[in-house]
Parts: sequence; structure tokens; C-alpha cells
Amino acid sequence: MIAAVIHQVLHMVLVLALAPLLTGWIRLVKSRLVGRRGASVLQPYRDLARLLRKEVVLADNASWLFRSVPYVMFTAIWLAAGLVPVFTTDLALAPTGDLIALIALLGTARFFLALAGMDTGTSFGGIGSSREMMIAALAEPAMLMVVFSVAVLVRTTSLAEIAVYMMGGTVGLRVSLALALIALVMVAIAENARIPIDNPATHLELTMVHEAMVLEYSGRHLALIEGAAMLKLLLYAAVIACVFAPWGMATPTQGSLWIGLLSFLAKLATAGAALALFETSIAKMRVFRVGEFLGGALLLSLLGAIFLYVSRGV
Amino acid sequence: MTLLFVALLALFALAVVGVAARRSPWVGTAVYGGTAAACGLIGLWAVEALVGRGGVAAAVLPIGLPWIGVHLRADGVSAFFLLVVALGGVTASLFGWGYERAHARALAHHAADHTHGESGPVLPFFPLFLAGMSLVLLANDAFSFLVSWEFMSLTSWLLVLSTHREPDTPDAARLYLVMAVLGTACLLLAFGLLVGTGGDYRFDAIRQHPPEAGAAALTVLLVVLGAGSKAGLVPLHVWLPLAHPAAPSHVSALMSGVMTKVAVYALVRVLFDLLGEPMWWWGGALMAAGAVTAVMGVLYALMQDDVKRLLACSTIENIGVIVIALGLALVFKASHTPVIAALALSAALLHVVNHSLFKSLLFFVAGAILTATGTRDLNRLGGLIHRMPTTAVLALIGAAAISALPPLNGFVGEWLLFQAILNAPALPEWSLKIGIAVVGAAVALAAALAAACFVRLYGIAFLGRPRSAEAGRAGEVGRAMLAGMAIPAALCVALGVLPTLVIRLFEPAVRAMVQAGPFDDRSYQPWIWLAPTSAIGNSYNGLILLAMIAALSVALVLAIHRWASDRVRRSIAWGCGHDGADPAALSQYSASSFAQPIRRAFGGTVFNARDRVDMPEPGDTRPARLTVRWTDPAWAFLFTPVRRAVNWLADHVDALQFLTIRSYLTLMFAALVVVLALVAVVRS
Repeated sequence: MIAAVIHQVLHMVLVLALAPLLTGWIRLVKSRLVGRRGASVLQPYRDLARLLRKEVVLADNASWLFRSVPYVMFTAIWLAAGLVPVFTTDLALAPTGDLIALIALLGTARFFLALAGMDTGTSFGGIGSSREMMIAALAEPAMLMVVFSVAVLVRTTSLAEIAVYMMGGTVGLRVSLALALIALVMVAIAENARIPIDNPATHLELTMVHEAMVLEYSGRHLALIEGAAMLKLLLYAAVIACVFAPWGMATPTQGSLWIGLLSFLAKLATAGAALALFETSIAKMRVFRVGEFLGGALLLSLLGAIFLYVSRGV
Repeated sequence: MTLLFVALLALFALAVVGVAARRSPWVGTAVYGGTAAACGLIGLWAVEALVGRGGVAAAVLPIGLPWIGVHLRADGVSAFFLLVVALGGVTASLFGWGYERAHARALAHHAADHTHGESGPVLPFFPLFLAGMSLVLLANDAFSFLVSWEFMSLTSWLLVLSTHREPDTPDAARLYLVMAVLGTACLLLAFGLLVGTGGDYRFDAIRQHPPEAGAAALTVLLVVLGAGSKAGLVPLHVWLPLAHPAAPSHVSALMSGVMTKVAVYALVRVLFDLLGEPMWWWGGALMAAGAVTAVMGVLYALMQDDVKRLLACSTIENIGVIVIALGLALVFKASHTPVIAALALSAALLHVVNHSLFKSLLFFVAGAILTATGTRDLNRLGGLIHRMPTTAVLALIGAAAISALPPLNGFVGEWLLFQAILNAPALPEWSLKIGIAVVGAAVALAAALAAACFVRLYGIAFLGRPRSAEAGRAGEVGRAMLAGMAIPAALCVALGVLPTLVIRLFEPAVRAMVQAGPFDDRSYQPWIWLAPTSAIGNSYNGLILLAMIAALSVALVLAIHRWASDRVRRSIAWGCGHDGADPAALSQYSASSFAQPIRRAFGGTVFNARDRVDMPEPGDTRPARLTVRWTDPAWAFLFTPVRRAVNWLADHVDALQFLTIRSYLTLMFAALVVVLALVAVVRS
């Protein structure tokens, strides 16, 4: 029990520390792929520190909600990240919430951020919020269907138990899991505002989603929101790693924490490089094509779930 | 049951007071105070019955039909639903008292202003409506059930008519009456089939001799139609978005939050109790109806610009979720896995109490907005968070709870439902396995769309800049109204943090219906951890989640303010060149523009929604306009054709009124011959 609490604290600090590194790594790989030298992988840390030092400029009619949302959102995402095992499954918070609770916590963060986008009463915030909620309306069910597929196979929705089961190696290769993986990657791309859904580097208003929603934020508030976005990216990478590639992770009974940690770093590096490669090889799609993209994810995940529901007899 | 009878008699007496003393200035206080007290008594009795003795109590009153009397009986299910009615009654009385006083004051203020017409009487029918709902829950024979059901419908219809001076009310009330009559007719036939040829109307007798397969199937259909039209199952929901908002806000809260639950009670009572052993396809049919209702309901809600109409449409969605959970419970009951059935039924009942709480709360919020600004149109609201700070906080709790966000109560209900859905692969029927996966996707889709819907409601009404002068002038509402909103808001948080307490409170109800409890295969009885199935590791703890969120946020705030900058500067937001020249905040997103992405993604196919841009020629000074047009498939494909057919039939049958006596005699003779021929055929 005490070990689990220590692991949990280490885990929360680790995800917080690694999140900007992952973003910096992706930016670096992307720069190299398009032939630029790119900034150091440590640049996101410097950006966050700079934002934290700056003053906050608030719109005249911004309410208390606008000022508290960055904290609420960061907390919800940090807590959700605390539920995903990365180097060990022996976490004190693991039984507090399962995958469904994790999705809902991310939903809480999104709900409040979308509200904040509407608080100042400018058009950009409204554009961002309404598009974000449309994307979420398709991405969230797709993600839940992925959870259903996995949960039917493993008989649990707890991430720690799923990781242990998947490491057991009794699952083998399954069509449903492949479908679920594809769907989950599509959802992760959409939820993290990456190309082709959204462009994290854009400043052209009409194509923005996430950036439009947070346009009025500045200073420490913006630092928290950017930090939360980085955490969310890490979280999705960790979820995919935990469900589909949990190898190397320590469990309460066996495995070493160091191997768990190193394997997690290796997985993150691979995921980051793969994302960068994908992003440089594809163009951003129009906002209203997003529905088709995510509808495809939803159908794939539903198909995977149905395969499993049918194949698993009494 | 003496306490219960005292409370019910008090409700009837209060109605008399409401009529007799209608000119007196203290009548509102007396009736609402008395109603709150009586509902409090009912609630206390229900809790005592659930905790103390599994809820069973019975009585026969020597009134009503001779030789039959009125049989009343409360078991766990009745007690649980009575508690929901009582909770709604207490908060609605409290809120209604403040609401009516505020409106009376506004009326005195605008004495010369004819827009605020005097409204019809609410007072006498308000306690009667609550008494009617309680009697439906207590009825133990078909006759008193139907009489109470009609009583409930009529009193709520009269309450809707109290706003008869508003232009939309008469049509809404007429449609409601037609649908209520239709629903009762279905229930009447259903009970006729249940009673069978024996002619014993008591539920105890019906339970002894459940109908055979064919009659049972027909009964299921009729009950789903009858109770479903009251609850708002698609496509029988058409009256609901019109009639619920037409009533005064505290009555809307009761109709949407509580009366629909009485219809759910009717479904539970007949399908789980009176009909005996269920067949699996009953549950399948319920789930299909529920899934369509859930998704359609929330899509309707996203298309609405009227706050109260939006809330009524969201009720349709929530009823869909409840009906899905009921269907799941039936399926598992039919396949003899009672613990999972208990889990699904617990999810349904938890969602019943959750929805009654947050929907009452949100209708009260709509009432507060109406009191403060005089409008329900989202496109005329905005910025209320600055002018109604307390209401804004309570509304935020309601919006977050109904969007199923942890750690509030709405999430727990959906979490339980998902846990039950995950057990579907154990079912033997193939169609169900596939169907339930699709239903799960529908629930997830409805939940995600509901979040979008309530971001829209809250963001447009409370955030941003005011879209009209009234919204800019609004002020906070009185203490009674705030208290009426604060109680359900507090309960939304409490039930989200400690859901196990309420699940164990209504365990007698679940046990009475599926003969098992949701925690039966656990070795211990949990009270903080919600861990319903024996599957490893599926657990949820709202308390720790809330504590963690609070602790981490506080730590974060302290850390940021200690080590980072805490300077703040206020400035004008960039308004795309509209600054100062945009007093009506037109450059802001409106309710329709917020819904536009979702309208484009879903509305095109479902509602045939089309946006038309009217762009004036260069040189023309008219503003460009964007109009949204959409058609309701329920009207386009069902009700309008039916109405045409009925009219056509009426026109043609009308000729029969003007025949000669000779023709009438011929017709009678022909009818006699046909009947005799039929009898001859049947006999042989």
C-alpha cells in the first residue's frame, strides 16, 4: 500500500516532467523531417517558464469562470494522467477510476475549456468551442467503443488490470484489437488537435479549433493550458502504450521499476517519432471533413466491439 | 401508512384552501408551505419504508367502485418513486413560492403594461398534481391506477393552461390532451388484457395469473405506447417540448423531472412485476426504443433556441437512457442472471433520481432567468454570470451533472449503465449481442452530445456579453428561489460523491423487481467504493476523485501564485473591429451559430436541416441574413400524415350524419346481419 502511494506520487511528478519533453521531441523530429534544424527538445520548458513569468491580460468582461478554468482543466487532465499506469501498475489511485472515468475526466476538462472559450464573448472563442464540442461528440463515443472492445476481451475496465492481462500474452493477435488500435489512434489525433484535424502551429483563425478557443488566454493561464495540452498528448500515448504495448511495465509482484521507466521512455520516443512522421506526410483537412474522419473511427471501433461481442460465446 | 394518508389528505385540503382563499394575500405562502410540508412527510415515510421494512405496506379504502374499493400498496419500488416525487415536490414548492411572488411583484409593477397578462390559477392544482402522482405510485388495482393516472394528467393539463394567455399555450395544451388521452387508452387496453376474463382488478390477482404469451406481447406493446407517450419516447414525444415549457417553471420542473418518472414507474410495475417472467425480446424492443429516443432527444435539444424547450428535449434524451437501462435489466432477468439485471435496474433507478434532481434544478434556473430577464430566448441572453452570480454557480453544477461529468451524479448513473452493457457478451441471443454494442455506442453518443448541448446552454445564457437590454439589466433572484435551486444542486454533488448510499437505499426496490441486489456477488457491502460486479478492478470512487481534484487545484493555485507571476491587467478583448460599434454583441457566437457544426454533422440527415445565406447585392445596404430551416421527422413522417388521414376520414364519415331514416334503418339491419354472420362463423 505504501509502495503504491510512493509510486503514485512518483508517477504524477514523472508525467508532469515528461510532458513538455514529448512535445519538444515531436517538434524536433518534425523539423528534421522537413529539413530544418529545429529548436532544442527543451524549448517547451523554456516557453512555459516564460509564460509563467508574464502578466495575465484579462478581457474586460472575463468572469471568475475564465480565471479558474485553467486550474480546473489542468487538474482534471493531470488526475486522468495519474490513472494511466506508465512504469508500474501498482498505483494507489488505480481503483479510484477506470478507463470510463478517465474518458469522463478528459470530458470535464473539455467542458470547462469550451465554456471558457465562450466567456469573453468574442467570435473566435465561439468558433473554437463549437467545433471542439462537435469533434468531441464523435471522438468520445469512438473512444468508449474502444474501451468496450478491450473490456470485453479482458473482462475489466481498469487500466492496471488490462495492462497485466495484456502482458500475460494470452490475447494473441486479434482483428478487433487492430481495429480498436486504429480507432484509438484516430481519436488521439483528433483529441490532441493534431494534423489532419487541427494544426497546433496554425494562427489562421478560420481553420483553428483548439487555438481559437484559448485565444484570449495569456500569461500563467496560457502556460497552464499549454501544459495541460502537453499532458493530454502524453496521456494518450500512455493509454495506447498501456493497452496495446504494456511490455516492460512493473506489476506489484514482478518486474523492475527501472526497466518499466526505460521501456516507457522508449515507447514515448517511438510514439512521438511516429506522430511527427504522420503529421509531415499528410495535409490538414477541412473542418467539416472531420465528421467523416471521426465517424470512420466510431464505426471501426463499433465493428471491433461487435466482432468481440459475437465471438465471445457463453 | 397513516402518515402517508395524512400527507395526501393535506394535499387535497390545500387545494380547497387554494380555491377558497384565492383573494387572500397569504394564500400562496399557505399552499406552497403546506405542500412542501406534506411532501416532506411523504419523503420521510418513503425513506423510513425503504430503510426500515423493505417498503411493503398495504391498505384498502372503502371508496371508489362498489365491491372493489381502492387498493393501495407500497413496496420498495413505490416507496422509491414516492421519494422522487416528494423531493421534487419540496423543492418545487420552495422555488414556486418565490417565483410566484416575484411574478406578482412584476405584475404590480407593470400594471399598465398589457404584455404581462394575469395568469390562470396554479395554486389549487399544484398540490393536486403531486397527490395524483403519489396515488399512481400507490395504486394496487387497475381501476385506481387508471383513475389516478388520469387525475395526474388532468391536473398537469390544467397547470399548463394556467399560462393560457401566452400565444403558444392553447395549441400545446390541446396536443398534450390528445396525447394523454391516447396514452391512457393504450394503458386501459393493456390493463384489460392483464386482468383477462377473470375480472379481478387487483394487482395481486394479476400477479397470480399473468397473461399468456400472445396477450403478454400485446400488453408490452400497449404499455410501452401508453407509458411511453407520457415519458416522451420517440416518436410519441411531440407534445413534450411544447407542453412542459408552457407551464410555470416550477410546474415544468415537476412535469419534466417527476411526472416522466411516474411513467417510468408504470413501465417498471407492469414489465417487471405484473407480467411475470419476461421474454428477452421485450428488453430488446425497449432498448431499441430507448436508443432512438436518447440520440434523437439530444439532437432535438441542440436545435432549440428556447431555454425551457431545450430542457424539455433533454428530458427526452434522459428518458431514453433510463429506458435503455430498463431494457437491459429485462434482458438479463430473462436470461436468469439476476445480479446483472439488478445492476442494470440500479443504473435505471439511479438515473431516475439523478435526472429528477438536475432537471428540476435546470428548470428552476430557467425560471430564474425568466424572472430576471423576462425572456427564454437564448439569443437574447448572455453575460448572466456577472449579474446573477449565485444562480450561475448552481446552474453550472446542474449543467455539469447532466453532462455526466465526474465527480457529479450524472456520471455515476452512466458508469453503472456501461458496466451493465459490458456484461452483454454473456447473453445467449446473437441479435442482442450485436444490438447491445450498438446501444452502447448510442448511449455514448447521446452523452457526448448532451455535453455539447449544455456547454451551449450555459455558454450562451451565462457567459459572454448580454445580447439584449433585458439581459444587461438582470439582477439576482430572491432567496426562496435560490434555496429551491440550492437543494437539488447540493444533492447532485452528494449523490455523485456517495452514490453507494442511495443505491443501497433503493436496493429493496431492485430486489422486489429482479429478486437480487446489485452487490449480491460481492463478499462485502461497499459504501464508499462503487464496485458493482465481480469483474476485477471495475471500481469508481467519486469521493477520492473530488478530494483529489480539490487538493490538486488548491496546490496548483498556491504553487502558481507563489512561484509564478500573479499580476493581472484588464483590457478590451479584440472584437474584430466591432469594439464599441457592437452594443447588441452581434459579433458574438449565438445559440444557432454554436449548434452549426453539429447541425452540419448530424442535422442534415436527421432533420433535413439547411442553412440558407441571403447575401444582398453589392451596393444594397440590407444586412446579410442566415436562416436555418429544419423539419421534425416525427411530424413529417408520422403525425402530419396521421392528422391528414383523420381529417379525411372525418370529412367522409361526416356524410353519415345527414342520411334519411330509411338509410339508417338499412345500415342498422346490415350491421345486424354482419354481426350475426360473424357469430355464426366463430361458433362453427
